[in-house]
Amino acid sequence: MKLLKAVCILFAGSLLLVNCKSEPKQELAKADSSTIYIKGTMEAELTSPPFVPAPIGNRTAKKLLVNMEILEKEGTMTDGVQYVYWTFGGTVPGSFIRTRVGDEIEFTLSNHPDNKLPHNIDMHAVTGPGGGAESSFVAPGHEKTFSFKALNPGLFVYHCATAPVGMHIANGMYGLILVEPEGGLPKVDKEYYIMQGDFYTKGATDEKGLQPFDMTKAIKEDADYVVFNGKVGALTGDNAITANVGETVRLFVGNGGPNLTSSFHVIGEIFDNVHVEGGDLINTNVQTTSIPAGGAAIVDFKVEVPGTFILVDHAIFRAFNKGALGMLKVSGEENKKLYSGVKQEGIYHPEGGTIQTMPVDKNKKEVAVTTEKPLAKKIVDGKQIYMTTCFACHQAEGQGIPNAFPPLAKSDYLNADVNRAIGIVLHGKTGEITVNGNKYNSVMTRQTLTEGEVADVMTYVYNSWGNNKTNVTIKNVQDVKNN
Amino acid sequence: MVAIKGGAYIPLYGRDSMKVEIDNFLMDVYPVTNKDYVAFVKKYPKWQKSKVIKLFADASYLRDWKSDTLLGENKKENSPITQVSWFAAKEYCECQGKRLPTVDEWEYVAMANKKMPDARKQKEYNAFILSWYEKPKTFNQTIGSTFKNYWEVYDLHGLVWEWTSDFNSVLITGESRKDVDTDSNLFCGSAAINATDLMNYAAFMRYAIRGSLKAKYTMKNLGFRCVKDDKK
Repeated sequence: MKLLKAVCILFAGSLLLVNCKSEPKQELAKADSSTIYIKGTMEAELTSPPFVPAPIGNRTAKKLLVNMEILEKEGTMTDGVQYVYWTFGGTVPGSFIRTRVGDEIEFTLSNHPDNKLPHNIDMHAVTGPGGGAESSFVAPGHEKTFSFKALNPGLFVYHCATAPVGMHIANGMYGLILVEPEGGLPKVDKEYYIMQGDFYTKGATDEKGLQPFDMTKAIKEDADYVVFNGKVGALTGDNAITANVGETVRLFVGNGGPNLTSSFHVIGEIFDNVHVEGGDLINTNVQTTSIPAGGAAIVDFKVEVPGTFILVDHAIFRAFNKGALGMLKVSGEENKKLYSGVKQEGIYHPEGGTIQTMPVDKNKKEVAVTTEKPLAKKIVDGKQIYMTTCFACHQAEGQGIPNAFPPLAKSDYLNADVNRAIGIVLHGKTGEITVNGNKYNSVMTRQTLTEGEVADVMTYVYNSWGNNKTNVTIKNVQDVKNN
Repeated sequence: MVAIKGGAYIPLYGRDSMKVEIDNFLMDVYPVTNKDYVAFVKKYPKWQKSKVIKLFADASYLRDWKSDTLLGENKKENSPITQVSWFAAKEYCECQGKRLPTVDEWEYVAMANKKMPDARKQKEYNAFILSWYEKPKTFNQTIGSTFKNYWEVYDLHGLVWEWTSDFNSVLITGESRKDVDTDSNLFCGSAAINATDLMNYAAFMRYAIRGSLKAKYTMKNLGFRCVKDDKK
């Protein structure tokens, strides 16, 4: 785009220089790319997702040889779920093809002899009948070659178009071909290839075993899996795409369908530029871009802060329940000015910062004393409360978790002051304390327990793990509460 | 061979007005095996892989054979012969005093399941065929390893594709979506609007594979069997 602008300015400038009298002709069509001269032959570099071949940049137009093999093979949809994929180049999506406007692509499609079915390829980058499908229909054990000139720049989908077309696409037969404009795309630091697809299995989502394709569900558009790059987890964990803070990232995002439109979104990033629908139109500062089935988009953005950024189809149940989730892991220095991280963590009381209680009538206070249980009963009941309320942090033997939650077993802090301990259970506690010589700085939330329950659980704690066997009474609890 | 009683049926691509009449005929119970074919090339050396005329078979013809008359190591005698061209299959049948079945004959017998002559609407019937597409290398199985159908014929589905005499008469062009447009008014690829049973997509793939073939092609997944007119 920029280059084009520069050319225009230069052109206008030269007009002025020669003092040309005639107005430049208004042309409806753009420069005729069918006349771009080709020089030389080269073999195309093909890559498996999420990788893309090196940029074309400003190389001259050439005859570009593309060799692609079709493989029908079993793969993993998600743990324990197998699926027979039909693939271009052995992967879903198929190998990424990168070319430039004006290139003459000589495309050879080879159908592996072990395959059962005939296939072909329809490339949306082709100007010609069937997008090449007609000329590439090939039986197993055979290959077909055809050629086409790349007339329009953009990011285009290719897919198989053999009957039944929907089934061939649903089994993974799609991929992307990028046709770079004259002079190439602006330089970025990282480029990746991501393509969404919806899958339909006989069994329900996550039902184990080899799952056959389900035509009925496909017709109803009732997808069991909606995934990036062919399977659940193709872009998560160790498979996540990566970048460093300060780098620019470009994603070539396709949608193979067969049915669903993608609402592509990266959580925690804003796309600086989006080539809408993979074409020339550039939109900026975009949160979510719509990618139709059989369509694509080029998005780029700069990563300013480190962390894991989640890629989703923002039709969000697909992301969290059907697999449409990927990760971009960004490493580097934090920038607190741009994003602070957690600044402060505290206890939240919906009623406000101070504990609010109803005024207590001093005379009635005496009456409120309830009958005390026997010690043994309190310990039994207290253990039950401990196991449901306190266990997760302080652990089964009161040992706590090093550096996070203080121990209750043989705890000097606990044994030193029973009223303080009661207060912590009633009101919560935040800030640094020292227990048995170790410092802890964590949060204990206010517990919603009755006075009797507080007495029971604290009596259990004081009578376990080598503590000082204090018998905490309901009156003790009430005294702390009312002071 | 077993006797197939003829009748009328509506092919996948047809409508009620397009009933096809089938005469009585006899059909091989099993596809032709590797063993059968070894015997054939011994008797007719012109069909040995080193001697076959290139016009009649492509470069993959009997590719996995060790020599002109010896099978490859991984080949079982009782597995179906594959990697033979239409010319070879046709001549094999003729040398036995038989012929290749027509598409209609083949489809007529193949629409049966174990119990019914026309099981195309049965869910299990279609499920079986479709599951076959997802099983790799079924050409290594032996004949008779699938099921015996209503006509007592084995292996029409589940082992290999099979040549038919007029395999290319129902045209699917390379561009499946355009086939609606042809004058033939036959079968229309993916946009199966005029097919009688939208769900019978297993058969679409059978027509697709036939459409992708030329008579000299050979394929690992493609064998054949013979039929004979019933003179009674």
